[in-house]
Amino acid sequence: MKESVYSICGMCTVRCPIRVDVENGVVKWIEGNPHDAGMAGRLCAKGSAGIAMLYDYERPQHPMIREGARGGGKWKKVSWDEALDYIADKLKATIDKYGPRAVALSDRGGPFREIHRSFLRALGSPNYINHDATCARNTQHAAISLFGGGRKTFNYDYKQCKHVVLYGRNVLESMRVKNANIIMDLLDRGGKITYIDVRAAGTAMKATRFWMIRPGTDYALNLAIIHTILKDNLYDAQFTDKWVADLNALKEFVIPYTPEWAAKETGIPAQEIVEFTHEVAKDSPSVIFHPGWLTARYMDSFYASRTAYILNALLGSIEAPGGLFFQKGPGDAGAKGLNSLMNTIPKPEEKRADGCGWKHKQFEAGPGLMHLFYEAMLSGEPYPIKSYIVYRHDPLLSLPDPEAQKKALDQLDLLVSIDANYSETAWYADVLLPSATYLEKSSVLCTGKGLKPSFKMRQKAIDPHNNARADWWIFKELAHRLGIGEYFQFEDIEDFWEWQLEGTGVTVEDLKQKGTVSLADKPIWWDRLNDLKFKTPSGKIELVSSHLESCGIPSFKPYESPKKPADGMFRLAFGRSPVHTHGRTINNPYLNEIMSENTLWINADQAEKLGIKNKDTVEVTAADGSHSGTIQAWVSEFIHPETVFMVHGFGRKIPWQTRGYNKGLADYRFETGLLHVYDPAGGANALLECMVSVKKAA
Amino acid sequence: MSKYYLFQDSKRCIGCYSCEVHCKANKSLPVGPRPTQIIPVGPKVVKNLPRMSFVYMPCYHCEDPWCVEACPTGAMQKRAKDGIVFVDSSLCVGCKTCISACPWGAPQWNPETGTVVKCDYCMDRIDQGLEPACVRKCVTHCLHFGKVEEMDDIRRKRHAEAVAVFE
Repeated sequence: MKESVYSICGMCTVRCPIRVDVENGVVKWIEGNPHDAGMAGRLCAKGSAGIAMLYDYERPQHPMIREGARGGGKWKKVSWDEALDYIADKLKATIDKYGPRAVALSDRGGPFREIHRSFLRALGSPNYINHDATCARNTQHAAISLFGGGRKTFNYDYKQCKHVVLYGRNVLESMRVKNANIIMDLLDRGGKITYIDVRAAGTAMKATRFWMIRPGTDYALNLAIIHTILKDNLYDAQFTDKWVADLNALKEFVIPYTPEWAAKETGIPAQEIVEFTHEVAKDSPSVIFHPGWLTARYMDSFYASRTAYILNALLGSIEAPGGLFFQKGPGDAGAKGLNSLMNTIPKPEEKRADGCGWKHKQFEAGPGLMHLFYEAMLSGEPYPIKSYIVYRHDPLLSLPDPEAQKKALDQLDLLVSIDANYSETAWYADVLLPSATYLEKSSVLCTGKGLKPSFKMRQKAIDPHNNARADWWIFKELAHRLGIGEYFQFEDIEDFWEWQLEGTGVTVEDLKQKGTVSLADKPIWWDRLNDLKFKTPSGKIELVSSHLESCGIPSFKPYESPKKPADGMFRLAFGRSPVHTHGRTINNPYLNEIMSENTLWINADQAEKLGIKNKDTVEVTAADGSHSGTIQAWVSEFIHPETVFMVHGFGRKIPWQTRGYNKGLADYRFETGLLHVYDPAGGANALLECMVSVKKAA
Repeated sequence: MSKYYLFQDSKRCIGCYSCEVHCKANKSLPVGPRPTQIIPVGPKVVKNLPRMSFVYMPCYHCEDPWCVEACPTGAMQKRAKDGIVFVDSSLCVGCKTCISACPWGAPQWNPETGTVVKCDYCMDRIDQGLEPACVRKCVTHCLHFGKVEEMDDIRRKRHAEAVAVFE
């Protein structure tokens, strides 16, 4: 029997719409959803390798309980009942002794969080955390400080854009399929890409301008561009008069930050900065200064991101065709949104253990900050954390210094990992529950915000072919064991979908037809001069942020030059390959075949000084000497002399993943002493404040 | 030559390697054989910008295929109706002569079956009116497939748009 199922990919967090063809219960073909014009069959390497993941034995097959020491790799295979009873008993013990606030749960964000977040809320704990301390928190807080709403207030209209400016935002290798394609269209019609990075990543290979910037100086560059815009009157006065508050304060602040000054900091010639600024102003308002996504990089990345947003505001690209548009939800299209289970459960009044939203008022409560949460776990202050469920998240592979993290995890009475892959954290857990892959499970319905808001569906293509289970089932089972079953009365996911859709006029059948239902006939644009909705106290874009200032954080921070690495030392940068999703796909048979190991990019002049030739094996050592390893060098003129680079995710330590085991090196193991180093204004980890030494291996 | 033409618009190719995986997933191949492969060349500086080339290497489906001539069992064949060069794996004895014969390394070894596998333009899909897997799912749709006389030349169109004069 043959059938086609419309669903949502789960190989990375882009979640592209897909069509899955199934024959007699076996997945035969996956392609980009042909009903979506931006996909039209298109799919990345990871998307097609979903089949290889599905049928790979080297992923969790059945529930397991640890035997012996944490991380020792000794496991007992157990039934689902045994595993869930074990977890429920431990959670009850934690709650009885320390209260529900001592239970925490983390994930990697996204649109499918409804069930597990409801579970935590129903237990009575405020301690939901996601991965964002190592991702976009700086950008999130930068957006809030200017617009009152987070970074997802906006999306980017590449379709009509004339000039996109990217700071290490490697759009052509991070593989948002639709975006990659639209950006190639942009180039085809004569549009420009300025790519700014410490190395020539894949996006640089297509860019119309590439600046190899000195590491950690994006903020300096932005200040000089702002300086030039204000000095040469290149800003959109009609827009700024209406929407931008405190322009004069900004003007005064940037006076010393001339292009000549920035040239010394960044290594980019002053004349080029001036020419670029005039060029981009000519293309305004159809320009995008991308504020970044993974900006957990330096101590001032918050300000680099904030000034990128300010550049959009000055050039009037907010809600302009080809600029940043407000993402519209169902309400903006006159439609009713999905029913929310979370909203039926009282919000716990307890304060967050990581202090976000109360002790650290500059950080929104939301998903908190993982590194501050570790502090609480370690110290037991403001209160102890004793049980931690890690769902689809791998903090040991994303935050700095796994050994330092383990000291915090060792304070726990229970560590549970729920994952479709063996993660480094799963390997350290007490209980490992195998989550069904995205091809074997249906998820809660989700809302797609944008110019045309929509509802979207991930539906399973086949039943789990091993003993894995859908996450909604796992949390529902746990809820019933813990006395909070009243909130989880749905029979199965289809039953839950019916409830989510109640009152919306959309049916489950409608969604199954093509995988999505649009709630608007045509793109919704607001009148950018009369009808924008900024959620700041003043209703304007606040260059001087009342929120920041009330937290004692300056709106305009005087620039501080990043430290230069000592002789023989380099700043360690990390990034993406188009065939891997961080650490999750390293062991995938098809993707591992294309890239099985990472290399160390090193600047050609530096390499010569150190006697290192291309493809030599080199030894990399952490600044404090506590970690070192060997890797093949890739000697290149396309990386800044102060930096070395490796693709993230390699150097895996799980022997059951035979293809990825011990291949290449892991950047985060060199980030010793950096677990609690973070941008004080944005909150994200400063992952690139990591220095290493490099020498030719003996 | 086969009557088909598989064209890589290298200006739009971003080196995402997806074509390799689309091919392998469609043919359910194990680790090892790569009927189509992207060979990265570069980077180098061209007009002050870093540039890389991603060379797409499937099978050329030659007019006079050396692999067919070399094959002792008749497994390697050229399809009469359209010139597609393919291998009938039921006749392949795994002697690898075709692998040696091809100047471009197109025939690949499948260690699971002990036979040769190669790009056949996904002829089962073509016969159903579909495109080859790599073309259908190419991220930027930089791969194009069709009968030579029926294909538009994107490069000419692009150049025409760039030099068009409106008088």
